[in-house]
Amino acid sequence: MKPLIFKEIDDLIVGSLGIVAFISFFIGGVVAIQTALNLTNPLIPKSLIAFATRQSVILEFSPTFISIIMAGRAGSYITSSIGTMRVTEQIDALEVMGVNALNYLVFPKIIAFILYPFVISISMFLGILGGMMAGVYGGFIGMEEFIQGIRTDFIPFHVFYAFLKTFVFGFILATIPSFHGFYMKGGALEVGKASTTSFVWTSVVIILVNYIITQLLLS
Amino acid sequence: MIEVNNIEKSFGDAHVLKGISTVFETGKTNLIIGRSGSGKTVMLKTLLGIHTPEKGTISFDGRVYSEMTPDEKRKLRTEVGMVFQGSALFDSMTVEDNVGFPLKMFTSKRSREVRERVNVVLDRVNLKDANKKFPAELSGGMQKRVAIARAIVNNPKYLFCDEPNSGLDPETSIVIDELIQEITKEYDITTVINTHDMNSVLQIGEKIVFLKNGIKEWEGNNEQILETRNKSIVEFVYSSDLFKKVRESLLAEENEEDNK
Repeated sequence: MKPLIFKEIDDLIVGSLGIVAFISFFIGGVVAIQTALNLTNPLIPKSLIAFATRQSVILEFSPTFISIIMAGRAGSYITSSIGTMRVTEQIDALEVMGVNALNYLVFPKIIAFILYPFVISISMFLGILGGMMAGVYGGFIGMEEFIQGIRTDFIPFHVFYAFLKTFVFGFILATIPSFHGFYMKGGALEVGKASTTSFVWTSVVIILVNYIITQLLLS
Repeated sequence: MIEVNNIEKSFGDAHVLKGISTVFETGKTNLIIGRSGSGKTVMLKTLLGIHTPEKGTISFDGRVYSEMTPDEKRKLRTEVGMVFQGSALFDSMTVEDNVGFPLKMFTSKRSREVRERVNVVLDRVNLKDANKKFPAELSGGMQKRVAIARAIVNNPKYLFCDEPNSGLDPETSIVIDELIQEITKEYDITTVINTHDMNSVLQIGEKIVFLKNGIKEWEGNNEQILETRNKSIVEFVYSSDLFKKVRESLLAEENEEDNK
């Protein structure tokens, strides 16, 4: 089981770092630029650019929208790989051998996603870094002001809230695509359909759970 | 030896197996034949424990499956080898990993011992130098051999094959049939093969069970099947043009001899 868990960590977590880093850095930059361009009132301090970037990235962008992206990247991979195993009788082969196929295929993925908050913490860091680079080097805000902004009204509970929902999203990302792959019927075409359905349902559940957690913890 | 006693299986309103009783003998290649939809696959899956029969019993060397504890059933599964229609090799693993998979899952053998055993069975199925290849890099016949190697690597007592010749050319089919028969004798395994390949029936059918609409219509061996007057089986055996022509010429020869 240990090699399988390491393989899943490599495929699902390490393999996603590149795209997550790329998107986080540039979206962080865009958030900073758009906030800066909407600050027309001279009475509002420019440090608000950094404050808004931090809040957007930590509260919503990194945990929720990176999870939607992961539903496309990792979720589709999970559904199509398990679905292909179903179509080509590889799951039947496991069951005939006496291997608990559900446990063998899904459990390592759930364990791998325990490391998902690590991906999101990198996303948060790079999102804010991207905002800083865009803000400072774009001439919208000075470095000191930006640092002051990201330290303004910092509430540690928001980080706890972000990581709590990240943890829940990680479980959703491992289980819903696995369910769609494991219980699919048909052939190659149905594998593609199952991947699409799995992405839609994973996204819907993430958005709904995001709303419920936010309502419970922040309101 | 596998004894099947009066098993019945339905899916909703469809009564698929209707009171089938037979014995699959050890050291012999036992064939289940019949048209598509006759219940062959359901029969094989019921023998494998994938489907549970509503009535009747299945005994593996005297051990009744329905009376086994979960631990006994788990142990029985380690005594079973299965060759799937499409080989069902794990496509993300090399040939060596595929064949060694049951050993890694169910034995405490060390990596070196696993490798040695894998090499022995790959050698047995005449597949050398393929250890590091992936299934996608192999031909259909080679994939079937890997599947057979995986099925026998843990010294099974029972070997099940679901249409092992499907998708193979006639020559390769004969090689696979011979390999399965040799392995059955060599390891003294109870082999059950689900097929509608008439070459296999005639070549390795030491015990043949013919199913029609979920009923055991006939049973015998590859010599008796050519002599039987059972209408259903004659229609099934001689359904291809080739066999029809062979039969017509044999009957013509017989008539000539009778006239003389």
